[in-house]
Amino acid sequence: MKYVLLFCAEGEDIARFETLTPEQLADQHARVGAWFAAHQAKIRGGNQLAPPPSATTVRFNGGGEPLVTDGPFLEANEVIGGYVEIEVEDLDEALRMARTWPPRGTVEVRPILEMG
Amino acid sequence: MRLLGDFGVAEEIVQDTLLLALERWRRDGIPVRPGAWLTAAARWRAIDRLRRDASYRQKLALLEADPGPPRDSEPDDRLRLIFTCCHPSLSPEAQVALTLRAVCGFTTAEIAAAFLASEDAVAQRISRARRKIVEAGIPYRVPPEDEMAERLDQVLAVLYLVFNEGYLSSGAGAPTRRDLAEDAAWLAGLLARLLPAEPEALGLLALMNLHLARAASRFDAAGELVLLPDQDRSRWDRAAIGRAVGLIERAGAMRRPGPYQVQAAIAACHAEAPSWAKTDWPQILLLYDLLLRMAPSPVVRLNRAVALRSVAGPEAAMAEVEALAADLDGYPLFHATRAELLFDLGRREQSRSAELRAIALTANQAERSLLERRLGRDASRPT
Repeated sequence: MKYVLLFCAEGEDIARFETLTPEQLADQHARVGAWFAAHQAKIRGGNQLAPPPSATTVRFNGGGEPLVTDGPFLEANEVIGGYVEIEVEDLDEALRMARTWPPRGTVEVRPILEMG
Repeated sequence: MRLLGDFGVAEEIVQDTLLLALERWRRDGIPVRPGAWLTAAARWRAIDRLRRDASYRQKLALLEADPGPPRDSEPDDRLRLIFTCCHPSLSPEAQVALTLRAVCGFTTAEIAAAFLASEDAVAQRISRARRKIVEAGIPYRVPPEDEMAERLDQVLAVLYLVFNEGYLSSGAGAPTRRDLAEDAAWLAGLLARLLPAEPEALGLLALMNLHLARAASRFDAAGELVLLPDQDRSRWDRAAIGRAVGLIERAGAMRRPGPYQVQAAIAACHAEAPSWAKTDWPQILLLYDLLLRMAPSPVVRLNRAVALRSVAGPEAAMAEVEALAADLDGYPLFHATRAELLFDLGRREQSRSAELRAIALTANQAERSLLERRLGRDASRPT
Protein backbone atom coordinates (compact mmCIF):
# COMPACT_ATOMS: atom_id res chain seq x y z
CA MET A 1 0.00 0.00 0.00
CA LYS A 2 1.02 3.60 -0.56
CA TYR A 3 1.07 6.14 2.23
CA VAL A 4 2.20 9.70 2.73
CA LEU A 5 4.13 10.53 5.87
CA LEU A 6 3.41 14.15 6.75
CA PHE A 7 6.15 15.59 8.95
CA CYS A 8 4.46 18.04 11.27
CA ALA A 9 5.29 20.05 14.34
CA GLU A 10 3.24 21.96 16.85
CA GLY A 11 3.78 24.19 19.88
CA GLU A 12 6.97 23.34 21.76
CA ASP A 13 8.35 21.30 18.88
CA ILE A 14 8.20 24.30 16.56
CA ALA A 15 10.15 26.33 19.13
CA ARG A 16 12.63 23.49 19.49
CA PHE A 17 13.21 23.27 15.73
CA GLU A 18 13.61 27.05 15.47
CA THR A 19 16.26 27.25 18.18
CA LEU A 20 18.56 24.44 17.01
CA THR A 21 22.25 25.46 16.97
CA PRO A 22 24.12 25.05 13.67
CA GLU A 23 25.79 21.94 15.11
CA GLN A 24 22.47 20.41 16.17
CA LEU A 25 21.01 21.26 12.78
CA ALA A 26 23.92 19.57 10.99
CA ASP A 27 23.53 16.53 13.24
CA GLN A 28 19.80 16.37 12.49
CA HIS A 29 20.44 16.63 8.75
CA ALA A 30 22.88 13.76 8.99
CA ARG A 31 20.38 11.58 10.85
CA VAL A 32 17.60 12.45 8.41
CA GLY A 33 19.97 11.54 5.58
CA ALA A 34 20.65 8.19 7.23
CA TRP A 35 16.90 7.62 7.65
CA PHE A 36 16.31 8.25 3.93
CA ALA A 37 19.19 5.93 3.04
CA ALA A 38 17.86 3.16 5.31
CA HIS A 39 14.38 3.35 3.77
CA GLN A 40 15.42 4.13 0.22
CA ALA A 41 13.71 1.04 -1.22
CA LYS A 42 10.33 2.13 0.17
CA ILE A 43 10.41 5.84 -0.62
CA ARG A 44 8.69 6.93 -3.82
CA GLY A 45 9.17 10.64 -3.46
CA GLY A 46 8.89 13.57 -1.12
CA ASN A 47 10.01 17.09 -0.36
CA GLN A 48 10.86 19.49 2.38
CA LEU A 49 8.55 22.49 2.28
CA ALA A 50 9.51 26.15 2.61
CA PRO A 51 8.47 27.70 5.95
CA PRO A 52 4.74 28.45 6.47
CA PRO A 53 5.02 32.26 6.12
CA SER A 54 5.82 31.64 2.46
CA ALA A 55 2.41 30.03 1.97
CA THR A 56 -0.51 31.64 0.16
CA THR A 57 -3.98 30.17 0.57
CA VAL A 58 -6.82 30.22 -1.92
CA ARG A 59 -10.24 29.71 -0.32
CA PHE A 60 -13.53 29.12 -2.10
CA ASN A 61 -15.70 30.16 0.78
CA GLY A 62 -19.16 28.65 0.50
CA GLY A 63 -18.44 27.66 -3.09
CA GLY A 64 -18.06 31.31 -4.05
CA GLU A 65 -15.28 33.23 -5.73
CA PRO A 66 -11.68 32.25 -4.88
CA LEU A 67 -10.28 34.43 -2.10
CA VAL A 68 -6.49 34.72 -1.95
CA THR A 69 -4.94 35.29 1.48
CA ASP A 70 -1.47 35.40 2.96
CA GLY A 71 -0.33 32.46 5.11
CA PRO A 72 -0.91 28.71 5.50
CA PHE A 73 -4.18 26.76 5.83
CA LEU A 74 -3.23 25.36 9.26
CA GLU A 75 -3.31 27.39 12.47
CA ALA A 76 -0.09 29.23 13.36
CA ASN A 77 0.84 26.69 16.06
CA GLU A 78 0.75 23.75 13.61
CA VAL A 79 3.21 23.31 10.79
CA ILE A 80 3.72 20.77 8.01
CA GLY A 81 7.44 20.79 7.27
CA GLY A 82 7.60 18.15 4.55
CA TYR A 83 6.34 14.80 3.33
CA VAL A 84 7.41 11.54 1.75
CA GLU A 85 5.40 9.08 -0.26
CA ILE A 86 6.16 5.46 0.60
CA GLU A 87 5.11 2.08 -0.71
CA VAL A 88 5.05 -0.63 1.96
CA GLU A 89 3.25 -3.85 2.88
CA ASP A 90 0.76 -2.43 5.39
CA LEU A 91 0.12 0.16 8.08
CA ASP A 92 2.46 -1.53 10.58
CA GLU A 93 5.38 -1.11 8.22
CA ALA A 94 4.49 2.54 7.60
CA LEU A 95 4.24 3.07 11.38
CA ARG A 96 7.66 1.50 11.91
CA MET A 97 9.13 4.07 9.51
CA ALA A 98 7.28 6.95 11.14
CA ARG A 99 8.44 5.92 14.60
CA THR A 100 12.09 6.21 13.64
CA TRP A 101 11.80 9.68 12.04
CA PRO A 102 14.87 11.41 13.56
CA PRO A 103 13.62 15.00 14.14
CA ARG A 104 10.61 13.61 16.07
CA GLY A 105 7.82 16.18 16.34
CA THR A 106 4.63 14.67 14.88
CA VAL A 107 4.22 12.36 11.90
CA GLU A 108 0.82 11.80 10.31
CA VAL A 109 0.53 8.55 8.36
CA ARG A 110 -2.15 8.80 5.67
CA PRO A 111 -3.00 6.15 3.09
CA ILE A 112 -3.10 7.23 -0.52
CA LEU A 113 -6.44 6.45 -2.10
CA GLU A 114 -5.90 3.99 -4.94
CA MET A 115 -8.15 4.78 -7.86
CA GLY A 116 -9.80 2.05 -9.89
CA MET B 1 -7.53 -17.47 5.99
CA ARG B 2 -4.77 -14.91 6.35
CA LEU B 3 -4.73 -15.03 2.58
CA LEU B 4 -8.11 -13.39 2.39
CA GLY B 5 -6.57 -10.30 3.86
CA ASP B 6 -10.09 -9.01 4.30
CA PHE B 7 -10.97 -8.39 7.89
CA GLY B 8 -14.74 -8.35 7.35
CA VAL B 9 -14.78 -11.70 5.57
CA ALA B 10 -12.40 -13.29 8.08
CA GLU B 11 -14.47 -12.01 10.97
CA GLU B 12 -17.68 -13.45 9.56
CA ILE B 13 -16.08 -16.79 8.85
CA VAL B 14 -14.69 -17.11 12.37
CA GLN B 15 -18.14 -16.38 13.75
CA ASP B 16 -19.86 -18.76 11.33
CA THR B 17 -17.37 -21.44 12.22
CA LEU B 18 -17.87 -20.99 15.95
CA LEU B 19 -21.62 -21.31 15.49
CA LEU B 20 -21.18 -24.37 13.33
CA ALA B 21 -18.83 -25.84 15.94
CA LEU B 22 -21.34 -25.34 18.71
CA GLU B 23 -24.06 -27.08 16.69
CA ARG B 24 -21.88 -29.96 15.64
CA TRP B 25 -20.24 -30.48 19.02
CA ARG B 26 -23.61 -30.63 20.68
CA ARG B 27 -24.46 -33.47 18.31
CA ASP B 28 -21.11 -35.33 18.01
CA GLY B 29 -19.26 -34.34 21.17
CA ILE B 30 -16.20 -32.10 21.44
CA PRO B 31 -13.29 -33.19 19.22
CA VAL B 32 -9.91 -34.09 20.72
CA ARG B 33 -8.23 -30.93 19.48
CA PRO B 34 -11.01 -28.34 19.27
CA GLY B 35 -8.61 -25.54 18.31
CA ALA B 36 -7.29 -27.42 15.31
CA TRP B 37 -10.83 -28.43 14.35
CA LEU B 38 -11.92 -24.80 14.39
CA THR B 39 -9.05 -23.65 12.24
CA ALA B 40 -9.58 -26.49 9.78
CA ALA B 41 -13.30 -25.81 9.70
CA ALA B 42 -12.73 -22.09 9.23
CA ARG B 43 -10.41 -22.88 6.33
CA TRP B 44 -13.06 -24.99 4.58
CA ARG B 45 -15.67 -22.39 5.26
CA ALA B 46 -13.35 -19.83 3.73
CA ILE B 47 -12.99 -21.99 0.65
CA ASP B 48 -16.76 -22.38 0.47
CA ARG B 49 -17.16 -18.70 0.61
CA LEU B 50 -14.47 -17.96 -1.91
CA ARG B 51 -16.12 -20.31 -4.37
CA ARG B 52 -19.18 -18.15 -4.17
CA ASP B 53 -17.27 -14.93 -4.52
CA ALA B 54 -15.84 -14.29 -7.96
CA SER B 55 -13.62 -11.44 -6.86
CA TYR B 56 -11.58 -13.82 -4.73
CA ARG B 57 -11.07 -16.54 -7.33
CA GLN B 58 -7.37 -15.96 -7.68
CA LYS B 59 -6.81 -16.15 -3.98
CA LEU B 60 -8.82 -19.34 -3.87
CA ALA B 61 -6.10 -21.01 -5.91
CA LEU B 62 -3.59 -20.02 -3.24
CA LEU B 63 -5.76 -21.41 -0.45
CA GLU B 64 -6.42 -24.71 -2.16
CA ALA B 65 -2.78 -25.14 -3.06
CA ASP B 66 -2.15 -25.80 0.63
CA PRO B 67 -5.07 -27.82 1.94
CA GLY B 68 -3.04 -29.68 4.61
CA PRO B 69 -4.19 -29.73 8.21
CA PRO B 70 -3.25 -26.64 10.23
CA ARG B 71 -0.01 -26.98 12.15
CA ASP B 72 0.09 -26.24 15.85
CA SER B 73 2.63 -23.51 15.20
CA GLU B 74 0.11 -21.65 13.07
CA PRO B 75 -1.39 -18.82 15.05
CA ASP B 76 -5.08 -19.14 15.77
CA ASP B 77 -7.31 -16.96 13.61
CA ARG B 78 -8.99 -15.65 16.70
CA LEU B 79 -5.62 -14.34 17.85
CA ARG B 80 -5.20 -12.45 14.59
CA LEU B 81 -8.71 -11.13 15.00
CA ILE B 82 -8.02 -9.88 18.56
CA PHE B 83 -4.80 -8.13 17.57
CA THR B 84 -6.49 -6.50 14.59
CA CYS B 85 -9.44 -5.31 16.69
CA CYS B 86 -7.03 -3.86 19.27
CA HIS B 87 -4.71 -2.12 16.80
CA PRO B 88 -3.39 1.14 18.30
CA SER B 89 -4.48 3.06 15.20
CA LEU B 90 -8.11 2.54 16.25
CA SER B 91 -9.62 4.62 19.06
CA PRO B 92 -9.92 2.85 22.43
CA GLU B 93 -13.75 2.95 22.17
CA ALA B 94 -13.60 1.39 18.72
CA GLN B 95 -11.16 -1.28 19.94
CA VAL B 96 -13.55 -2.27 22.72
CA ALA B 97 -16.66 -2.29 20.52
CA LEU B 98 -14.98 -4.17 17.71
CA THR B 99 -13.49 -6.80 20.03
CA LEU B 100 -16.87 -7.46 21.63
CA ARG B 101 -18.56 -7.62 18.24
CA ALA B 102 -16.02 -9.60 16.24
CA VAL B 103 -14.43 -11.83 18.86
CA CYS B 104 -17.16 -12.29 21.50
CA GLY B 105 -20.08 -12.12 19.08
CA PHE B 106 -21.97 -9.41 20.99
CA THR B 107 -24.72 -7.71 19.03
CA THR B 108 -24.57 -3.95 18.56
CA ALA B 109 -27.52 -3.66 20.93
CA GLU B 110 -25.71 -5.63 23.64
CA ILE B 111 -22.61 -3.45 23.33
CA ALA B 112 -24.76 -0.32 23.46
CA ALA B 113 -26.48 -1.58 26.63
CA ALA B 114 -23.17 -2.52 28.23
CA PHE B 115 -21.59 0.88 27.67
CA LEU B 116 -24.71 2.99 28.07
CA ALA B 117 -24.38 4.27 24.54
CA SER B 118 -27.01 4.51 21.83
CA GLU B 119 -27.18 1.63 19.39
CA ASP B 120 -26.69 4.03 16.49
CA ALA B 121 -23.51 5.39 18.01
CA VAL B 122 -22.10 1.89 18.54
CA ALA B 123 -23.07 0.76 15.05
CA GLN B 124 -21.40 3.82 13.59
CA ARG B 125 -18.28 3.31 15.71
CA ILE B 126 -17.98 -0.28 14.50
CA SER B 127 -18.58 0.49 10.85
CA ARG B 128 -16.05 3.35 10.94
CA ALA B 129 -13.48 1.07 12.55
CA ARG B 130 -14.07 -1.62 9.94
CA ARG B 131 -13.68 0.92 7.19
CA LYS B 132 -10.46 2.18 8.73
CA ILE B 133 -9.04 -1.35 8.93
CA VAL B 134 -9.50 -1.69 5.19
CA GLU B 135 -8.62 1.86 4.09
CA ALA B 136 -5.60 2.36 6.33
CA GLY B 137 -4.19 -1.08 5.57
CA ILE B 138 -4.21 -2.38 9.16
CA PRO B 139 -2.69 -5.87 8.82
CA TYR B 140 -4.70 -8.92 9.82
CA ARG B 141 -2.02 -10.79 11.73
CA VAL B 142 -0.32 -11.43 15.04
CA PRO B 143 2.44 -8.83 15.54
CA PRO B 144 6.06 -9.94 15.17
CA GLU B 145 8.20 -10.72 18.22
CA ASP B 146 9.75 -7.25 18.55
CA GLU B 147 6.35 -5.54 18.67
CA MET B 148 4.55 -8.19 20.70
CA ALA B 149 5.05 -6.70 24.18
CA GLU B 150 3.61 -3.32 23.22
CA ARG B 151 0.74 -4.70 21.17
CA LEU B 152 -0.15 -7.24 23.83
CA ASP B 153 -0.30 -4.42 26.39
CA GLN B 154 -2.92 -2.78 24.22
CA VAL B 155 -4.99 -5.97 23.99
CA LEU B 156 -4.77 -6.60 27.74
CA ALA B 157 -5.81 -3.00 28.43
CA VAL B 158 -8.94 -3.47 26.28
CA LEU B 159 -9.83 -6.73 28.02
CA TYR B 160 -9.32 -5.23 31.49
CA LEU B 161 -11.42 -2.22 30.56
CA VAL B 162 -14.26 -4.50 29.43
CA PHE B 163 -13.87 -6.54 32.60
CA ASN B 164 -14.00 -3.52 34.89
CA GLU B 165 -16.95 -2.08 33.02
CA GLY B 166 -18.78 -5.33 33.71
CA TYR B 167 -17.52 -5.93 37.23
CA LEU B 168 -18.53 -2.56 38.56
CA SER B 169 -20.17 -0.37 36.00
CA SER B 170 -19.47 3.31 36.22
CA GLY B 171 -22.93 4.36 35.17
CA ALA B 172 -26.26 4.44 36.97
CA GLY B 173 -28.61 1.47 36.92
CA ALA B 174 -27.67 -2.16 37.44
CA PRO B 175 -24.66 -2.38 39.76
CA THR B 176 -22.89 -5.23 37.97
CA ARG B 177 -23.06 -6.73 34.54
CA ARG B 178 -21.55 -10.10 35.14
CA ASP B 179 -21.80 -11.17 31.52
CA LEU B 180 -19.37 -8.52 30.41
CA ALA B 181 -16.90 -9.43 33.16
CA GLU B 182 -17.17 -13.12 32.41
CA ASP B 183 -16.79 -12.56 28.70
CA ALA B 184 -13.66 -10.52 29.35
CA ALA B 185 -12.30 -13.31 31.57
CA TRP B 186 -13.15 -15.86 28.88
CA LEU B 187 -11.22 -13.78 26.34
CA ALA B 188 -8.28 -13.41 28.73
CA GLY B 189 -8.33 -17.19 29.13
CA LEU B 190 -8.31 -17.65 25.38
CA LEU B 191 -5.41 -15.22 25.07
CA ALA B 192 -3.45 -16.99 27.82
CA ARG B 193 -3.97 -20.33 26.07
CA LEU B 194 -2.95 -18.97 22.68
CA LEU B 195 0.06 -17.08 24.07
CA PRO B 196 1.29 -19.42 26.82
CA ALA B 197 4.74 -17.77 26.95
CA GLU B 198 3.38 -14.30 27.76
CA PRO B 199 3.36 -13.88 31.56
CA GLU B 200 1.27 -10.70 31.53
CA ALA B 201 -1.57 -12.51 29.73
CA LEU B 202 -1.50 -15.09 32.54
CA GLY B 203 -1.32 -12.26 35.08
CA LEU B 204 -4.44 -10.57 33.71
CA LEU B 205 -6.34 -13.86 33.63
CA ALA B 206 -5.36 -14.56 37.26
CA LEU B 207 -6.37 -11.03 38.26
CA MET B 208 -9.82 -11.35 36.67
CA ASN B 209 -10.40 -14.81 38.13
CA LEU B 210 -9.46 -13.60 41.61
CA HIS B 211 -12.04 -10.82 41.33
CA LEU B 212 -14.68 -13.23 40.02
CA ALA B 213 -13.89 -15.72 42.82
CA ARG B 214 -15.09 -13.11 45.30
CA ALA B 215 -18.08 -11.99 43.24
CA ALA B 216 -20.69 -13.91 45.26
CA SER B 217 -19.80 -12.03 48.45
CA ARG B 218 -19.82 -8.57 46.93
CA PHE B 219 -23.54 -8.14 47.43
CA ASP B 220 -25.62 -9.01 50.49
CA ALA B 221 -29.09 -10.59 50.51
CA ALA B 222 -30.66 -7.16 50.08
CA GLY B 223 -28.54 -6.52 46.99
CA GLU B 224 -26.34 -3.97 48.75
CA LEU B 225 -22.64 -3.69 47.91
CA VAL B 226 -20.29 -5.18 50.53
CA LEU B 227 -16.67 -4.00 50.61
CA LEU B 228 -13.69 -6.30 51.06
CA PRO B 229 -13.23 -5.84 54.86
CA ASP B 230 -16.85 -6.89 55.50
CA GLN B 231 -17.23 -9.68 52.93
CA ASP B 232 -18.21 -13.19 54.02
CA ARG B 233 -15.00 -14.99 53.08
CA SER B 234 -16.60 -18.41 53.37
CA ARG B 235 -18.46 -17.61 50.15
CA TRP B 236 -15.28 -17.10 48.16
CA ASP B 237 -14.53 -19.71 45.53
CA ARG B 238 -11.44 -21.38 47.05
CA ALA B 239 -10.85 -23.67 44.07
CA ALA B 240 -10.84 -20.72 41.67
CA ILE B 241 -8.48 -18.81 43.97
CA GLY B 242 -6.12 -21.80 44.03
CA ARG B 243 -6.14 -22.00 40.23
CA ALA B 244 -5.45 -18.26 39.92
CA VAL B 245 -2.52 -18.51 42.35
CA GLY B 246 -1.21 -21.36 40.19
CA LEU B 247 -1.37 -19.04 37.15
CA ILE B 248 0.55 -16.32 39.01
CA GLU B 249 3.25 -18.83 39.93
CA ARG B 250 3.48 -20.04 36.34
CA ALA B 251 3.82 -16.44 35.15
CA GLY B 252 6.36 -15.63 37.87
CA ALA B 253 8.57 -18.54 36.80
CA MET B 254 9.01 -16.78 33.42
CA ARG B 255 10.92 -14.00 35.21
CA ARG B 256 9.29 -11.16 33.28
CA PRO B 257 7.26 -9.32 35.90
CA GLY B 258 4.66 -6.77 34.83
CA PRO B 259 1.80 -4.69 36.22
CA TYR B 260 -0.91 -7.34 35.74
CA GLN B 261 1.13 -9.99 37.51
CA VAL B 262 1.75 -7.61 40.42
CA GLN B 263 -1.93 -6.61 40.64
CA ALA B 264 -2.84 -10.29 40.58
CA ALA B 265 -0.35 -10.95 43.38
CA ILE B 266 -1.98 -8.18 45.45
CA ALA B 267 -5.43 -9.65 44.77
CA ALA B 268 -4.06 -13.09 45.76
CA CYS B 269 -2.79 -11.71 49.10
CA HIS B 270 -6.33 -10.53 49.81
CA ALA B 271 -7.92 -13.73 48.55
CA GLU B 272 -5.72 -15.94 50.74
CA ALA B 273 -6.04 -13.83 53.89
CA PRO B 274 -8.31 -15.27 56.61
CA SER B 275 -9.63 -11.78 57.39
CA TRP B 276 -9.08 -8.10 56.65
CA ALA B 277 -7.12 -7.68 59.89
CA LYS B 278 -4.97 -10.77 59.31
CA THR B 279 -4.06 -9.72 55.77
CA ASP B 280 -0.34 -9.65 54.92
CA TRP B 281 -0.22 -5.84 54.66
CA PRO B 282 3.60 -5.48 54.60
CA GLN B 283 3.66 -7.81 51.57
CA ILE B 284 0.87 -5.84 49.87
CA LEU B 285 2.72 -2.59 50.55
CA LEU B 286 5.86 -4.00 48.90
CA LEU B 287 3.82 -5.10 45.89
CA TYR B 288 2.32 -1.62 45.57
CA ASP B 289 5.84 -0.12 45.68
CA LEU B 290 6.76 -2.45 42.83
CA LEU B 291 3.60 -1.58 40.90
CA LEU B 292 4.29 2.15 41.33
CA ARG B 293 7.71 1.69 39.76
CA MET B 294 6.21 -0.20 36.79
CA ALA B 295 3.07 1.82 36.22
CA PRO B 296 2.97 4.97 38.35
CA SER B 297 -0.49 6.50 38.73
CA PRO B 298 -2.35 8.50 41.39
CA VAL B 299 -4.93 5.70 41.76
CA VAL B 300 -2.19 3.17 42.53
CA ARG B 301 -0.76 5.60 45.10
CA LEU B 302 -4.20 5.88 46.68
CA ASN B 303 -4.48 2.09 46.95
CA ARG B 304 -0.98 1.95 48.40
CA ALA B 305 -2.05 4.47 51.04
CA VAL B 306 -4.84 2.09 52.12
CA ALA B 307 -2.23 -0.63 52.68
CA LEU B 308 0.04 1.88 54.43
CA ARG B 309 -2.77 2.64 56.88
CA SER B 310 -2.66 -0.98 58.10
CA VAL B 311 1.15 -1.01 58.28
CA ALA B 312 2.04 2.46 59.57
CA GLY B 313 -1.25 3.93 60.82
CA PRO B 314 -3.77 6.50 59.57
CA GLU B 315 -1.51 9.52 60.00
CA ALA B 316 1.13 8.24 57.57
CA ALA B 317 -1.61 7.18 55.13
CA MET B 318 -3.31 10.57 55.44
CA ALA B 319 -0.11 12.40 54.45
CA GLU B 320 0.07 10.29 51.28
CA VAL B 321 -3.59 10.80 50.46
CA GLU B 322 -3.50 14.58 50.93
CA ALA B 323 -0.66 14.76 48.41
CA LEU B 324 -3.02 13.30 45.78
CA ALA B 325 -5.73 15.96 46.19
CA ALA B 326 -4.87 17.83 43.00
CA ASP B 327 -4.84 14.67 40.86
CA LEU B 328 -7.85 12.85 42.27
CA ASP B 329 -10.30 15.54 43.30
CA GLY B 330 -12.91 14.19 40.85
CA TYR B 331 -12.44 10.54 41.89
CA PRO B 332 -15.05 9.37 44.42
CA LEU B 333 -12.82 6.72 46.03
CA PHE B 334 -10.27 9.43 46.87
CA HIS B 335 -12.86 11.18 49.02
CA ALA B 336 -14.18 7.91 50.45
CA THR B 337 -10.65 6.89 51.50
CA ARG B 338 -10.04 10.35 52.98
CA ALA B 339 -13.30 10.08 54.89
CA GLU B 340 -12.20 6.78 56.46
CA LEU B 341 -8.80 8.14 57.44
CA LEU B 342 -10.24 11.37 58.85
CA PHE B 343 -12.66 9.27 60.88
CA ASP B 344 -9.76 7.19 62.26
CA LEU B 345 -8.01 10.42 63.22
CA GLY B 346 -11.10 11.66 65.08
CA ARG B 347 -11.78 14.50 62.63
CA ARG B 348 -15.52 13.77 62.43
CA GLU B 349 -16.76 16.90 60.68
CA GLN B 350 -14.14 16.73 57.95
CA SER B 351 -14.80 13.02 57.55
CA ARG B 352 -18.47 13.70 57.01
CA SER B 353 -17.93 16.33 54.35
CA ALA B 354 -15.46 14.06 52.52
CA GLU B 355 -18.08 11.30 52.58
CA LEU B 356 -20.69 13.66 51.14
CA ARG B 357 -18.29 14.67 48.39
CA ALA B 358 -17.71 10.99 47.55
CA ILE B 359 -21.47 10.40 47.34
CA ALA B 360 -21.94 13.42 45.10
CA LEU B 361 -19.32 12.09 42.67
CA THR B 362 -20.57 8.49 42.55
CA ALA B 363 -22.81 7.55 39.64
CA ASN B 364 -23.07 3.82 40.45
CA GLN B 365 -26.18 3.12 42.51
CA ALA B 366 -24.68 0.29 44.61
CA GLU B 367 -21.65 2.39 45.54
CA ARG B 368 -23.83 5.38 46.40
CA SER B 369 -26.02 3.28 48.60
CA LEU B 370 -22.99 1.89 50.43
CA LEU B 371 -21.55 5.35 51.07
CA GLU B 372 -24.91 6.60 52.32
CA ARG B 373 -25.23 3.67 54.72
CA ARG B 374 -21.71 4.33 55.94
CA LEU B 375 -22.58 7.96 56.57
CA GLY B 376 -25.49 6.86 58.76
CA ARG B 377 -23.34 4.31 60.56
CA ASP B 378 -20.56 6.84 61.19
CA ALA B 379 -23.01 9.24 62.79
CA SER B 380 -24.02 6.61 65.32
CA ARG B 381 -20.66 4.91 65.78
CA PRO B 382 -18.62 5.89 68.86
CA THR B 383 -15.38 7.74 68.27
